[in-house]
Amino acid sequence: MRVNAMSSLLRIRAIVSKELRQLARDRMTFGMIVMIPLMQLMLFGYAINTDVRHVPAGLLDLSQSSYSRYLTAAAEASQAVDFTRVYHSLTEAEQAITQGEVKAVLYLPADMGRRLLSHADFPGNNGYAYPSQSPVQPVGQWLVDGSDTMVAASLRALRNLPFTEVAGQAYRQPVPHLALVEYFNPEQRSAVNIVPGMLAIILTMTMIMFTAAAIVREREHGNMEFLINTPIHTIELMLGKVVPYILVGLIQVVIILLIGHLVFLVPIRGGLITLFTAALLFISASLAIGLVISTLTRTQLQAMQMTVFILMPSILLSGFMFPYDAMPEPAQWIAEALPATHFMRLIRGIILRDASLTGQTADMLWLLMFTLIGLVFASRRFKKRLD
Amino acid sequence: MSALAIETHQMTRIFGHGKEATTAVDHLDLAVPAGTIYGFLGPNGCGKSTSIRMLTGLLQPSEGDISVLGHKLPRDAEALRPQIGYMTQKFSLYDNLSVAENLDFVGEIYGFAGRRRKARTEELMRLYDLGHHRRQMAGSLSGGQKQRLSLAAATLHEPSLLFLDEPTSAVDPENRREFWEHLFDLSSNGTTILVSTHYMDEAERCHALAILEKGVKRADGPPQTLMQDMGATVIEVSGDDLRQLKQTLVQQDGILSAAQLGTRLRVLVRDQIREPQQWMRQFTGGRPLETVRPSLEDVFVVATGGRHAG
Repeated sequence: MRVNAMSSLLRIRAIVSKELRQLARDRMTFGMIVMIPLMQLMLFGYAINTDVRHVPAGLLDLSQSSYSRYLTAAAEASQAVDFTRVYHSLTEAEQAITQGEVKAVLYLPADMGRRLLSHADFPGNNGYAYPSQSPVQPVGQWLVDGSDTMVAASLRALRNLPFTEVAGQAYRQPVPHLALVEYFNPEQRSAVNIVPGMLAIILTMTMIMFTAAAIVREREHGNMEFLINTPIHTIELMLGKVVPYILVGLIQVVIILLIGHLVFLVPIRGGLITLFTAALLFISASLAIGLVISTLTRTQLQAMQMTVFILMPSILLSGFMFPYDAMPEPAQWIAEALPATHFMRLIRGIILRDASLTGQTADMLWLLMFTLIGLVFASRRFKKRLD
Repeated sequence: MSALAIETHQMTRIFGHGKEATTAVDHLDLAVPAGTIYGFLGPNGCGKSTSIRMLTGLLQPSEGDISVLGHKLPRDAEALRPQIGYMTQKFSLYDNLSVAENLDFVGEIYGFAGRRRKARTEELMRLYDLGHHRRQMAGSLSGGQKQRLSLAAATLHEPSLLFLDEPTSAVDPENRREFWEHLFDLSSNGTTILVSTHYMDEAERCHALAILEKGVKRADGPPQTLMQDMGATVIEVSGDDLRQLKQTLVQQDGILSAAQLGTRLRVLVRDQIREPQQWMRQFTGGRPLETVRPSLEDVFVVATGGRHAG
């Protein structure tokens, strides 16, 4: 049958305006459109911090010397650890770590002074261990609960506490062997990387869930039986269902960017047109996935579970939580199959580095492909029948 | 018009596979003349809804041929859609849209633009007495109002064939009578109507009907004819100890069923028994007997072999 363009547009518009009306009346959902990005960004923007500080630590100081007090003060001055407990024996300290009282214990042995004075890095030794015939020994030990690798890594940086102050000399900035220049995010604030990432995660969650639920809900409420008996075409129904949520997605993008910029001081270096083009591509891809889910599930609960099935890897594999490059190759393949991974690269590039879209054509094509494949698959699978 | 609006040949639908397969509709032959009100009468689960869904193209038949308004189904389902209206058993419009918004939406879906849509929805709201509720959310309407709104939506595009799946199951008798007045109006304007019901009084209003049981058609024809050609005589017995009498009667081969109606016992005696009143006296003793006009319920009991008698 020939599709009349006019009545086709009329039907799409009918679905769109109906959907918007229902959305506006569903206060809970409408509230969530605004509150989900608002609350989650505020929460995670503050909470997620890969820069580990103030780890509760214990002190086992058997040396009880001025050296040990200087060294302890130097460790605390780094802000990486707070000495909350004092222990008097090694067993006591080990037990405390096992019980989870502290994450680390600084163990300074009784002969710490001797070890310090003979250490190669002690000022005056000029890089020679003294007496030179004995092996170089560390002056103390960090006993670390290594189960959290991120905490362990930050304590690893405390292995080389400067001895200058211990020796009563002014602190000298050690000259590193290689210099490091941070081009972007020079203050190394986690929020700068988290906020653009949250954009991808929040959009993944809301976009997929809303579209999937929007169609499944009609089936659950019995509206679908009436609707599929009308002359509406599958693609008209799909487009009509998707368009309102593009708008919703864009609203969420604006909310996240505003909070990110105003509260978390995330610099937005890229152009807004570039940014919204990328966002639009990602929103479309997520909506298409939502449509696919809606054709695979029968109830809203199933749709919800399927959304979480997509959401979890989007959070963990997309590069949001952990660097993409650190993952094993098969995990990277899986990540490539998620729109969030491509958007994560695009959006961080645009927001943080003012990368142009032309340099990221591959990621954009991926998103476009997800959209098209999703739309075709969903409208093929969706049958205007009940069996 | 004498053409057939609906014609099926051996229409069958089986749900499930293997051991769990159940036959919802079993080799059903239908011939519904255009312009009539045709009824599907039967208890819940007899295949009424499944049949209607096959006739609207929503379900594919497992076997058999279906032709609706000259369209072969399920192949030409899309071409058929603009010509049929369907009022589902469950309210299928949007609870959180108002009466006017729901009708407006349906109008747009059927391609009614601008003034034409406005005129049509206003006309429907007047016709179905919904004008006062135009701004009310459909979800908060009463059963009767919801039903009228559904009918308005199903007939908005003036379909020549209307399917109604148990349209009056959620409304009171007063509303049911009004609803049928609307159906007769539609019918007199040439609309063919197929309505499913489990109410006898409703079935009796149809021009013709099919009695369905477990997906099988047990009888069909105009209600009058069905009642005349029932194949049983209806005798009402009054008096005492009717419960006990009933137990005796139902064991007789010549008796199809006996059902108590207040102080009377309604007994269906097979036509094979000659002089049924006289034959009955051997069981009823001195109790008064009266031969009465058969009802559609009796037809139903006979057609289903007494399995649904009370």
